[in-house]
Amino acid sequence: MKLTLLFLAGLLFGAGLALSGMTNPAKVIGFLDITEEWDATLAFVMGGALLVFGGGMLLLRRLRSGKGCYGCDLPQCESEPVNRRLIFGAICFGVGWGLSGICPGPALANLAAIRIEALVFVPAMAIGMALHRWLMPSRTAR
Amino acid sequence: MTPESWIYALVGGALIGGASLLAAALTGKIPGISGVFAKAIFPQGDAMWRWCFMFGLIGGAALLFQLSPAAATYSPVKPLWIHAIAGLLVGFGTRCGGGCTSGHGVCGIGLGAKDSLVATLVFMAAAMVTVYLT
Repeated sequence: MKLTLLFLAGLLFGAGLALSGMTNPAKVIGFLDITEEWDATLAFVMGGALLVFGGGMLLLRRLRSGKGCYGCDLPQCESEPVNRRLIFGAICFGVGWGLSGICPGPALANLAAIRIEALVFVPAMAIGMALHRWLMPSRTAR
Repeated sequence: MTPESWIYALVGGALIGGASLLAAALTGKIPGISGVFAKAIFPQGDAMWRWCFMFGLIGGAALLFQLSPAAATYSPVKPLWIHAIAGLLVGFGTRCGGGCTSGHGVCGIGLGAKDSLVATLVFMAAAMVTVYLT
């Protein structure tokens, strides 16, 4: 049951990405390119997602006093220290995102249409993660 | 942006937020896609739910691509070799920085985590500069 519900959550996530146009790298680049005619789509997508996730989390915390389902606790706000590693990682990610217009969610979503870019991007992403495990072991991450 | 496109954007965003909320309540974990992917392919704790979530994500996108020609619109901007380099950077960077657009940008900020806000501002700025320069 739990796994079925998680599959359903994934289904909603993928549908949301595709519906909002975020699987199209041109739209993402249109948001990142502030010098041309700016495409605000991504800001609306993030706004909608933040509203539902943040609001829902607050509500769930009140209603269930911090408890999740199947005996787990709802994730806490655990801010890690802002250090050079975080900044360096965020810059690497940002450069890759800006180069391609693709971040991890849309990369996976585009596998659905067997797009050649996704077939290159996703394995490369796995190699980048393996590289990180090899170079900087033991880092907990979201 | 046409009026319909920002409504689709808001509704799509709400779906993404709702899906993240559901996954977080079911697992007690922060379901950022880069983290889900990393911990599924290099199993850490329970990999099974992460695979289910990812297969769901691909299935949900497949469904929408079939149903809506607008959702299936796709125009790659860069040559393939750029995607290989970008994939490496995204894989490395999301693990080193602790999250991606969903893990930091939606879930982390949504929970009020300061590090997520900083990371999101930094990767957005880095991406904007990259687009400007390329």
